[in-house]
Amino acid sequence: MSGRMIADKVVKYILFASAIISIIIVLAIGFFIFRESIDAWTEIGVSEMLFKTVWRPGIDQYGILAMIAGSLSVTFGAILLGVPLALGCAIFLAEIAPEGVQAVVRPAVQLLAGIPSVVYGLFGMVILVPLIRNIDVPGNSGYGLLAASIVLAVMILPTIASIAEDAIRAVPENYRHGSLALGATKWQTITRVILPAGKSGIIAGVILGVGRALGETMAMIMVIGNSAIMPRPLSSNPLTFFLSQARTLTGNIAVEINYATGIHESALFATGVVLFGLIIVVNASARWIIRSQKYVEKAN
Amino acid sequence: MDERSSEIALIHKAQALNLKKEHRRQSFWVALMWLFGLITVSILILVVGYVLLKGGTAINWEFLTTPPKGGLSGEGGISTTIGTTFYLVGLTLLIATPLGVGAAMFLIEYAGEQSLGSKFLRSMISIANFAVETLAGIPSIIYGLFGYALFVSTLKFGFSLLSAALAGACLVLPTIIRTTEEALLAVPDDYRRGSLALGATKWQTLYRVVLPASTPGIITGIILSVGRVISETAIFYVTLGGSYRMPTSIMDSGRTLALHLYYLAMDTRAFDKAMGTGAVLVVMIILINLLIDFVSRKLTAGVRRVR
Repeated sequence: MSGRMIADKVVKYILFASAIISIIIVLAIGFFIFRESIDAWTEIGVSEMLFKTVWRPGIDQYGILAMIAGSLSVTFGAILLGVPLALGCAIFLAEIAPEGVQAVVRPAVQLLAGIPSVVYGLFGMVILVPLIRNIDVPGNSGYGLLAASIVLAVMILPTIASIAEDAIRAVPENYRHGSLALGATKWQTITRVILPAGKSGIIAGVILGVGRALGETMAMIMVIGNSAIMPRPLSSNPLTFFLSQARTLTGNIAVEINYATGIHESALFATGVVLFGLIIVVNASARWIIRSQKYVEKAN
Repeated sequence: MDERSSEIALIHKAQALNLKKEHRRQSFWVALMWLFGLITVSILILVVGYVLLKGGTAINWEFLTTPPKGGLSGEGGISTTIGTTFYLVGLTLLIATPLGVGAAMFLIEYAGEQSLGSKFLRSMISIANFAVETLAGIPSIIYGLFGYALFVSTLKFGFSLLSAALAGACLVLPTIIRTTEEALLAVPDDYRRGSLALGATKWQTLYRVVLPASTPGIITGIILSVGRVISETAIFYVTLGGSYRMPTSIMDSGRTLALHLYYLAMDTRAFDKAMGTGAVLVVMIILINLLIDFVSRKLTAGVRRVR
């Protein structure tokens, strides 16, 4: 075998090794985070951790239910605010905006995706929090779910908008022509034909947005207040729920990991395991929806 | 007869009314969609404009060229944090680029090969693809925890540039792999056949023909990753340590621009300086976006020329 043939073989195995690295990293992440959390699960107890709301490492109380509730509440708020805007933006870009306008809006969406999360967090601290503080409810500090949901809505907007736009653009041109030829207006075509046809891609985009929202860390720490309590309405008006301070799973890890030791540190890794599990489920369902749609398209 | 024609007229009238109603509805919704597009652009202008205007007043030559003084007042500039940012970006990409490009080459160029008929290798490839997708969805704080557990504690690299770069490399790896894969797929198969027909080996073909043809795409992936590392905070918050001094080796602790912004805002409440740092970050991100735009335009121009 000549030298270059041997080189060819060697290179192939080197490249194979680098292709395997991603598998190793995924396994290593799962392994290390789980290994570090075992102490917490066994010593504190699974149900104690998952279903108790008191998190006070000082007196060995490690319930993370409050943080699970915090993460889910802020994600819910962000979806409520961000999804209509993102879908509107996607429909606008794919079906309505003339080329020239698209050339402005699309880079804007891209740039929104690129802005560092600490910059959003800082903007939230300097602009949103003082504004929200003006709402006259006792115990309202400005920091809390509302500020966090608004910041998060802006941060997931580009993810959802760009995936939804792709999904809408992927709807075959025939569908549009057929609908218009039957006498439907453009708007009827969009709502009755195009959106249903692109439904699964749009839903997948929303789910991936949920994944991003659950995983966001620094911006949340900066505006949510970080009190490890169950979010609850501040007054008899249920809407004041969103003025409540909270703490996310991500924030719990980041705020305390640098000084935690022993069982406290292990409990933070356990928080990471819960977050990891949530994200895997969310992302897998998005992938499953995209796959099944591709399968249907092939079948057609 | 009369009755019938009046009926038809009535139907026509109803249809016209219906159409009018639909058109009115359409105008309303279309206007709303325009509004949503407008809101999106306004959010961007509001955030970027505010940070640039407010932060711009804090930026001057001294701010950019003096190191932070530390302490609780947030005094001093940001020179060492700019340095650390570039240091960390370089180190991260040095680790991630060869791995990512190599992985993409294997997954695209070798995956379809005859010699890979073995079931084991084929299942490895599909697992690898699955792993890349999984990595892309993992939140950065999880990479931070992982880096903290493996590099900082277990391997005893401590809070250092090395730990941070290794954890950061895991974060950008899927980005580099996916963009490189797309770039490789865009190279016409004729290139490969032509080279192989001339007697080149597979690796020679890849190295001399396919890689050069896909360079702009690979560069786009690298620039995207630069942006990711510059904006990333959570990973580095738990692996980089946060010293404001300029690191002198890869085992030193440090603080990137984004991390500095966080410390300024949260620990010292020096919002003016934080805004200044934010403005520098935003300018960097805008430049990176422009660069990506430029490179990908080159890319499409190249493809057009080939055709």
